[in-house]
Amino acid sequence: MSAADASKGDAPRTPEAEGLAEQLREGYRLIGRSPVKVDGPAKVTGATRFADDLSLPRMLHAKLLRSHVAHARLVRIDTSAAEALPGVVAVLTGEALPTSFGILPVSQDEHALCRDKVRFVGDPVAAVAAVDEETAFEALSHIRVEYEPLDPVFEPAEAIKNEIEPIHDYGDDGNVHKRVSMEFGNVAAALDESDLLLDHEFFYEGNTHLPMEQHATLAWQEPDGRITIWSSTQTPHYLHRATSKVLGLSPSRVRIIACPNGGGFGGKSDPFNHEIVVAELARRTNRPVKICLTREEVFYCHRGRHPVHMRATMGFRKDGRITGLHFRTLLDGGAYGSYGVASTYYTGALQTVTYEIPAYRFDGVRTFTNKPPCGPKRGHGTPQPRFALEIQMDRAAEALGIDPADLRLMQLQPAHGITANWLRIGSMGLGPCIEKVVEGSGWREKRGKLPRGRGIGLACSSYICGAGLPIYWNAMPHSGVTLKLDRGGGVAVFCGETDIGQGSDTVLATCVAEILGVDLTDIRVTAADTDLTPVDLGSYSSRVTLMVGNAAIQAAERAREIVARTAGKTLGVPGNRLRFAEGRVFDVQDPDRGITFSEAVSQAEAEHGTIATAGSYTPPPTPGRYRGAGVGPSPAYSYSAAVVEVDVDEETGVVTVDKVWIAHDIGQSINEMLVIGQVEGSVYMGLGEALMEEMTYRPNRFGVHKIPSLLDYKSPTTKEMPEVVTYLVTDPDPNGPFGAKEVGQGPLLPMMPAIANAVYDAVGVRVDMTPITPERVLKALEREDRRCAPKPLPDLRIEDTVRIKTLAEGGDGTSPRTGRPTKESTAP
Amino acid sequence: MTVASEDGARPTADDPRRKAHVILRVNGEDHEVAFLPHKTLLEVLREDMGLTGTKHGCELGECGTCTVLVDGEPQLSCLLLGLQSVGRDIETVEGMAGADGLHPLQQAFAELGAAQCGYCTPGFLLTAEALLRNDPQPSRERIVEELSGNLCRCTGYLKIYEAVEQAAAARTAPGAGR
Ligand code: FES
Ligand code: FES
Repeated sequence: MSAADASKGDAPRTPEAEGLAEQLREGYRLIGRSPVKVDGPAKVTGATRFADDLSLPRMLHAKLLRSHVAHARLVRIDTSAAEALPGVVAVLTGEALPTSFGILPVSQDEHALCRDKVRFVGDPVAAVAAVDEETAFEALSHIRVEYEPLDPVFEPAEAIKNEIEPIHDYGDDGNVHKRVSMEFGNVAAALDESDLLLDHEFFYEGNTHLPMEQHATLAWQEPDGRITIWSSTQTPHYLHRATSKVLGLSPSRVRIIACPNGGGFGGKSDPFNHEIVVAELARRTNRPVKICLTREEVFYCHRGRHPVHMRATMGFRKDGRITGLHFRTLLDGGAYGSYGVASTYYTGALQTVTYEIPAYRFDGVRTFTNKPPCGPKRGHGTPQPRFALEIQMDRAAEALGIDPADLRLMQLQPAHGITANWLRIGSMGLGPCIEKVVEGSGWREKRGKLPRGRGIGLACSSYICGAGLPIYWNAMPHSGVTLKLDRGGGVAVFCGETDIGQGSDTVLATCVAEILGVDLTDIRVTAADTDLTPVDLGSYSSRVTLMVGNAAIQAAERAREIVARTAGKTLGVPGNRLRFAEGRVFDVQDPDRGITFSEAVSQAEAEHGTIATAGSYTPPPTPGRYRGAGVGPSPAYSYSAAVVEVDVDEETGVVTVDKVWIAHDIGQSINEMLVIGQVEGSVYMGLGEALMEEMTYRPNRFGVHKIPSLLDYKSPTTKEMPEVVTYLVTDPDPNGPFGAKEVGQGPLLPMMPAIANAVYDAVGVRVDMTPITPERVLKALEREDRRCAPKPLPDLRIEDTVRIKTLAEGGDGTSPRTGRPTKESTAP
Repeated sequence: MTVASEDGARPTADDPRRKAHVILRVNGEDHEVAFLPHKTLLEVLREDMGLTGTKHGCELGECGTCTVLVDGEPQLSCLLLGLQSVGRDIETVEGMAGADGLHPLQQAFAELGAAQCGYCTPGFLLTAEALLRNDPQPSRERIVEELSGNLCRCTGYLKIYEAVEQAAAARTAPGAGR
C-alpha cells in the first residue's frame, strides 16, 4: 500500500488533497519515529493529575460497605447509627438508586448498591460520605445488615447443573448466562477424514489487571445542578450513558472527564458502582465527593480474565493441513454480566484468523457464580482459546514429524481473505513474524537439541484492531475528532479518547501533526471530556489507534485543505504543489517559496473565517450476518509470533523464562518507541499469566479472595523479567491510519502457549493448564501420561447449533432462516 | 439517604485527635504543616501539602509506588508517619526538575518510553536516584536488584533499566551539570 492510500476522505480529490498525497509519498516526518510522547514530561515530573490527585474545597470522602457473604437475600439495612456518627454527612442504600445498569444492553444486571440480593463477597450494599476517609470508614462498622443466606455456587461445573436458586433472574437458563453454538462447514465430516485427531482439554485460570492506580472518582454538582464526574475510567462515553440512566438525568446534564488512567488493561472499562454512588452523593449533599478504592477493593471489583475450561478437537491431514476444529468453552463469569456475552463469543471468534481452518464449530457457555465478576482483560476472551490452539499445533507438529514453525507457515490464512466464520482479513504479516523469531532465536538449531531441562517453544496469535460494532446498536461514528487552528500556529485537538498509558494522546497528536506539518509541541490535546470532545467509544478492543487515527487524519486533511486553498493563491502555486512541513507551507518545486504555518493560517482565517474542522470514523461493514456475527469482525487484524527459551528445574518444578523473541505485525508504527513499549509490556503480562497470576477463592469461607494484595497475588518483578528481542513487521493495512494496526493486546497472546510448548521441549511434559506452577510441572513429571490436565468438561447441553455455510461452500454470510429473530445485540 | 448531622460537625474541644504542628523539610525547603499525628508521610505530602506527585498503589508497603527519599535513602512513604519525618530531608518527584529543565533520570525516562501510564514512575525515579548517588555506574544486575521492590504493570521494566543506564551515562559524561 502506498502512503497515499492511507489518507481517508470520500470526496473527489481536489488539487490540495493531491498535494497531501504527494507529501505523504515523500516520506513521513513523524510517523514511525520515536519522539517523546506528548504527555511524557508531565508523567516524569509527577504533574499528571490522576483521579485521586484531584480535590475540591469542602470535599467529602466516600466509602462503600461491601457484602461479606457470597449469596444472600438482603432483609434489612439499618443505617441509623452510622448517620448519627459525627462527621457523617450522608448514608446511601440501594433504595436510593433503583435503576439497573451494565456495560452491555443485554446485561443490565447491576445496581449502584444492592437492592434485593448480594451475589458475591464484595458486592456493595451501602455508602457513606463523611468529612474525612476515616470517619467514613468508621461509619461502615455502624451499619447493620441482615442477610438471609442462600446457597452459593463457585464452580461452573456446579452452576451448569442449576441446583441452586439462580443468581440472576435472567439468562439462558438458571445459572447459564449465555449458551452459544455455531458451525461453519461440516466439522464432523472434516474430523472423520483426518489422519490425525487431537482431542484434549485445557484450563485457563482467571487473573486480574492489577493496574498500579487504584480506581478513584470525584463527583461535583455544579451550581446549576449539572453533575461533573472525574474518574479513572477507560470508557467515559459508556460511563456517561450509565450514570445518566441511573441518576435519571439527561446526558446533557452529566459530564464525564476521564483522567489519565494509571494503567487500565480492561479493568476500568465497566461503569462501576462507586462511580455512580459518588455522583448521587454529590447530588444529595451538594458537595464534592471523592472515593478511592483500597487495593483489596480493586481485587474484588475485578472484571478480569474469565477462567475458561476448554476442549479442542482438531483434525489434521498427514501433510499437516488442518481439516477442522471443534472448540468448546465453559466460562466462569462470576456474579454479573459485565462484558461476558461478548467474552463468550470471543472465546470462539479468532481461532480462524491465523491458519486456514476449513470447517469450524464453536460451543460456548458462560455461567454465573458467586465470585467477583469477570470481564475484559487485555486480549479479551482470546488468550484462553489461543493457549489451547497453539498447544494443539505443537502436538500435531510432533505427531506428524513436521517442524512447528513449518506447520504454521504452510497454512497461513491468506491476506485479504475471508475466514470460515466470515471474518474479513486485511494485511497479514504472520509469515514474516514467524520467520523473524525463528531466525533470531536459532530455533532450528535449538528445538529438541537443548540439554535436558532447557527448552524452546513457539506460538503465534492474532488480535482485532477495534471491534467492528459498538456496544449498543447505533449507526453513528465510533470515533470523532475536532480541530481548531490558532492564528499563532497552534492546533487544538479534541477527542473522546482516553490515555491509559498506551499513548493514545500521542497517536492522536502525531496523526494531526504529520498532516499539518507542525511539531508535536504545537498541538494541544483535549481528551476524554464528554462536554467538550466528540465521542470516542473508549480504550478497549485495541480500537483507538485505528479509529481515532483515521478520524484525526480526516479532520486534519480538511483543515489542511482550507489553509492550502488560501496559501496556494498567496504564493501563486497550484494546491497540489504545496507541502506542509517543518512549520511551513511551501512549494515542493521551490522550497524557498513559502510562508510559515501561522501566516498561512492567519491568511486562511481572513478569507474563510475561524478554521475548525471535524473528522470521524466508522468501521466498514462486515461480511458475516449470522446470529453472533457481531463479535470478531474488525477493520484489521494484527499478528504476533513468539519464541521463548526456558529452564525447567525437575527437582522443584520451577520454570524460568530466560529469553523471549517476539515479532509483531504492526502494519505501520505511528510511534515506534510506544509500539515496542506495548510489546514489552505484553510480554511481561503474558509471563505473569503463564507462570504465576491467579484469582483464587476460598469456597469454604464464602468465596473470599485468597490473596487480595499486591504481595500475595504474585506478579512478575524486575527479577522475573527476561531479556526480550522485539521485531516489528511493517505490512500496512488499507484500513489503518497510515496503515497502522494495534499493538496493545495482541503481543500478549503467544506468550502463554509458547512457554507451555517450551516446557514440553525442555522436560517432555504437557501442562495444559495455567498458571504453569511448579506443582503442576511436578505433577506432570510424576504421571505416566506426562501431562497435567483439568477434569473432564461437563456436558454443555448444547441443543441447537446455528449452521452457517462457509464461503467455500457457497455461503453468503447468513444463517439459514431458523424462524427466530436475530435482534439480539452480541456486539462486544 | 439521610443527612445525618450538621455539616462537618466534628467535636473539637475534647477531641483527642489534635493536629500536630511541625516543620517538614521537603525538597530543600522548610514547610510549616499541621496534620493529625497518625497520618503517614504519604498522606501528609499528598493531602496536607498538595504534593500529589507521590502516588500509592497499596498503602501497605507492597508496591514501591510511594517511594520518596528520606535523608537520601528510598523509603516507602505509606509506612512512615509524617511525624517520623520531622527533622529529616525529604525528597519527592516535584523536587527533581530544576530551573534548567528535567533531571537526567526524568529526561531518560521520557526519551526512552520508561513511563507509560506514569503512575509508578515517581517511585522508580527516586529509587533510581538513590542508586545512582551510591553507584554512579551500576551494572544491569545491580539495577534489577535495586528496583525489584517497585512494581510496574505497564512497561515490563526493560525501558526503565535502559533509562537508568542512559541517565548514569549522562551524569558521568564530561561536562554533565548534575
Ligand atoms: S503505596 Fe506504599 S508501598 Fe504501595
Ligand atoms: S508505567 Fe504504568 S505502572 Fe509503570
